[in-house]
Amino acid sequence: MTGITHHIPDELLIAYAAGNLTKAFSLVVAAHVSMCDECRARLGAHEALGGALLDDMPATEVSSGLKGRLFDALDDPVAIEQRHDRAGIFPAPVMEALGGLPPKWKPLGLGVRQMILDHDRSGSVRLLYIPGGQGVPDHGHNGLELTMVLQGAFRDETGRFGVGDVEVADGDLEHEPIAEDGPACICLAATDASLRFRSFVPRLLQPIFRI
Amino acid sequence: MFEAPDALCDDSLEAPVAPARVSEGTSSCRESDRVTGEAYSETTVWMLAVRDQRDKVAFGRLFDHFAPRLKGVICRSGLPPAQAEDIVQDVMLTVWRKAHMFDPGRAQVSAWIYQIARNRQIDILRKEKRPVPEELKPVEDTEDDASQVVALEQETQALRAALKTLKPAQRDMVERAYLGELTHAEIKAETGLPLGTIKSRIRLGLEKLRHELKGTERK
Ligand SMILES: [Zn+2]
Repeated sequence: MTGITHHIPDELLIAYAAGNLTKAFSLVVAAHVSMCDECRARLGAHEALGGALLDDMPATEVSSGLKGRLFDALDDPVAIEQRHDRAGIFPAPVMEALGGLPPKWKPLGLGVRQMILDHDRSGSVRLLYIPGGQGVPDHGHNGLELTMVLQGAFRDETGRFGVGDVEVADGDLEHEPIAEDGPACICLAATDASLRFRSFVPRLLQPIFRI
Repeated sequence: MFEAPDALCDDSLEAPVAPARVSEGTSSCRESDRVTGEAYSETTVWMLAVRDQRDKVAFGRLFDHFAPRLKGVICRSGLPPAQAEDIVQDVMLTVWRKAHMFDPGRAQVSAWIYQIARNRQIDILRKEKRPVPEELKPVEDTEDDASQVVALEQETQALRAALKTLKPAQRDMVERAYLGELTHAEIKAETGLPLGTIKSRIRLGLEKLRHELKGTERK
């Protein structure tokens, strides 16, 4: 994918490589790496370092039966893994989260739609559909928010984000993303804390909308 | 990440297990048609024998090398030894089953196993499927480009040498970051993390990998 200008920062790639990133953020990292050779290479380099550390670890004795149990299992039949491939604008990890089906959108008002892909105490990740020319409701957030464009583009105070680009917004950035004119902007957005929407969804309704 | 501080592995001080020579069977994977004359590392030779010949002797050697190290890494997260061993077994079984995906031109054995270990650890402990990037289609010709493999091994050696130059406190910080003990916010905030020192190495590796990735086809 050419034209990607906003990438995943190192600390997120390292935390992803090390397995210490929430599921919601991990989905954005996996989706971006699926579309961005540069970040795939950077992730590969971090994994090379992780591997070097693993290689250097002092050995911890394993119990005597472990190897035998493992070898007994080598010829066991393997269940075929059901995996979903990339489809249309959705890279494979997103199709995986969608269970291989097209998104089931829920209206949020003013033509904006969303589909929650995953939601738990550690955060949430959703697909957002914003009609061309339409603003995303003004919101601030308590934690980190990653927004990756899958279709169309949006602009806000910090720049322009096209297909594959990831906006990293942390802490107190209050931004007003506006979808570019043309086809709807579809984004994958992950947060690690509840968004505080200011405009049309009162905070009391947030648990209902799971925003 | 996985809190169980009262159940630390306490057998980590025991003598390291030397890779046992399980039998005289050699892993003779295509060693004859290596063009460069430069040797692959032992672990790469073993892994290729597992991939290409389903060589169980070579797999046993990989186990002897990596299982005690994997156990050490997994125990750092605070898991009791028995549960850590279950994960080690699962990781090594995955190495055996996914061996056909191993591409020595793209990843060193240790990096490949590191990544599998993280995936399996999360899938098992969090009981969820970790989102993973699309896999690149394996290269068309089945022959590995020996010069690429050797170049990547040399990069990794250089990376390893760079790691050796770190002060103990820096080394500790790098381990905590790459073994999953620091959050992304902590990694970002950690000024003691000698990213500058290792970054030049990573960048070189990156250039190399970027070169590898250029033109690779996706499924
Ligand atoms: Zn990128």
